[in-house]
Amino acid sequence: MKSGNTLLLVAGALLVLGLLGCGRREEISEAPSEGPPPANPAAKPVDPATAGAISGFVKLEGTPPRMRSINMAAVPSCAKIHSTPPMTEDVVPGDNGTLQNVVVYLQGDFSQYSFPAVTTPVTIDQKGCLYVPRVVALTTGTPLRIHNSDSATHNTHPLTRNNSEWNETQAVGSPPMERLFARPEVAITLKCNLHPWMTAHVAVFSHPYFQVTGQHGSFDLKHVPPGTYTVTAWHERYGTREQTVTLGPKGEEKISITYKAGSE
Amino acid sequence: MSAPLPNRNVHRFAVFTAACTFLLLIAGALVTSNDAGLAVPDWPLSYGSLTPPMVGGIFYEHGHRMVATFVGLLSIGLAIWLWRVERRPWLRWLGLSALGVVIGQGILGGMTVLFFLPPAVSSAHAALAQIFFCTVVSIALFTSSWWERTRPSATDFGSPRIHSLAAAVVAATFVQLILGAAFRHKGFGIIPHLAGAAVVTVLVFALARALRRRFAGVPILQSASRMLHVLIGTQLLLGGAAWWSRVYAAPFPQPIPVMVSLTVIHTVMGALVLASTVLLTLACHRIVLRSGAHEQAVERSSQPSRPRHASL
Repeated sequence: MKSGNTLLLVAGALLVLGLLGCGRREEISEAPSEGPPPANPAAKPVDPATAGAISGFVKLEGTPPRMRSINMAAVPSCAKIHSTPPMTEDVVPGDNGTLQNVVVYLQGDFSQYSFPAVTTPVTIDQKGCLYVPRVVALTTGTPLRIHNSDSATHNTHPLTRNNSEWNETQAVGSPPMERLFARPEVAITLKCNLHPWMTAHVAVFSHPYFQVTGQHGSFDLKHVPPGTYTVTAWHERYGTREQTVTLGPKGEEKISITYKAGSE
Repeated sequence: MSAPLPNRNVHRFAVFTAACTFLLLIAGALVTSNDAGLAVPDWPLSYGSLTPPMVGGIFYEHGHRMVATFVGLLSIGLAIWLWRVERRPWLRWLGLSALGVVIGQGILGGMTVLFFLPPAVSSAHAALAQIFFCTVVSIALFTSSWWERTRPSATDFGSPRIHSLAAAVVAATFVQLILGAAFRHKGFGIIPHLAGAAVVTVLVFALARALRRRFAGVPILQSASRMLHVLIGTQLLLGGAAWWSRVYAAPFPQPIPVMVSLTVIHTVMGALVLASTVLLTLACHRIVLRSGAHEQAVERSSQPSRPRHASL
């Protein structure tokens, strides 16, 4: 076989190998079916006589990373709101070495239990061209209410994997909009495509055992039925940490979850 | 009878359309690099208007649509003009084809917005952009006086044939651009694009070497050989710089100018590489005879009275 043809053949083979794609960067699920999973008809409420609690703190070891300033110069209506440039909020330390904006939740089998629907909306505001608060958590039946308190148009685009995707605009003075997420997902990133620095995260659950840590870096999950659970902490930069907890009848377990700065 | 003079004005218009298309490629790359792909959630209007406020991501997304509309109008004009004045039927149809491609591009662009940037549609939008650019560039070549007056002046006795090698470079470069688009639109990781870069580099070097060795007496092909080296070297450096800029920019809350600049330049440089290899391939077909065709031409010209099938 002539060397020139060999060259073409080798090149073609390499191209095919490359096209096979050594792994996708993101696994994109099939479009989810609409509606939450069907409820178990035999489900019963959690018995308060045996329910317990799992509580604790989320700590951050080491020096928190330097946050960067957000440049809003391209959007004067946003820039003028801030006397100094706002800082990023992907790592927000709490009191006493704790970490804020961590979603702490239980993983376990709750299919035998029914939970009262939470219809009071969880609210995110677009204020100062930032999402406030940055991290929220809600159940599948709870509306997410999005306000626009700015004198700028925003659009909200959730980057979903298990839920329907949408991209809605709110002009200045628009009324709040409400959206439901039908399926559990940890966590959905909200983006504003007009203002690329705007980011929020929404964690969606089918049960009520979740909390987002605040200033004190603490969580307190109440009315938990006896059983063995995986307590999972999710942070937008540091990822997830898990601990197994066994809760007896009327038990109270205190745990501590630790992230290390620089471990992302 | 001498060939009719080429229509210089339609050629100039084709060149202008190609230049505007290049600007459109830049505008499109800016949309992606600035993460502004869904800054305008509706289509074909923008926030229900033809003139939305050009703030934030809207500046890039709607700006891209405006340039695209202008290029679309140029494509209509080019197709009509070619149809009216061009004596070569295949070139008239090529002008219409370019118009069809740009209409398809508009539809794909709308689909990216309405279906929230699915990677396959976004990558197809990027790939079709390259096809349109190369089509318009080719039209500019075909309407040039150079194309009209050039006749074969060299013969290719090598293997693989220079025409095949050049076509292989075009194909590999096009695939490489698709892989790059798929990476930018989060369909693939970087590995396929790196593998494609290696293949394209090998083929480009092989083509440049073949041009240099086989056509030492053809200045335009010697220049093309040097140009290939410059293009591929520049693009490889830009690719490394673009990757570095993405890593550097990752901790920032928004796209930063150095990342935007390097990724956009790398993207449009890829388009230039592809267009250049297309032009080179067409030029090879115009200038270079294959060795078999050359021998037939020599035989026919040396013995014009010999019957086609000689008796035994």
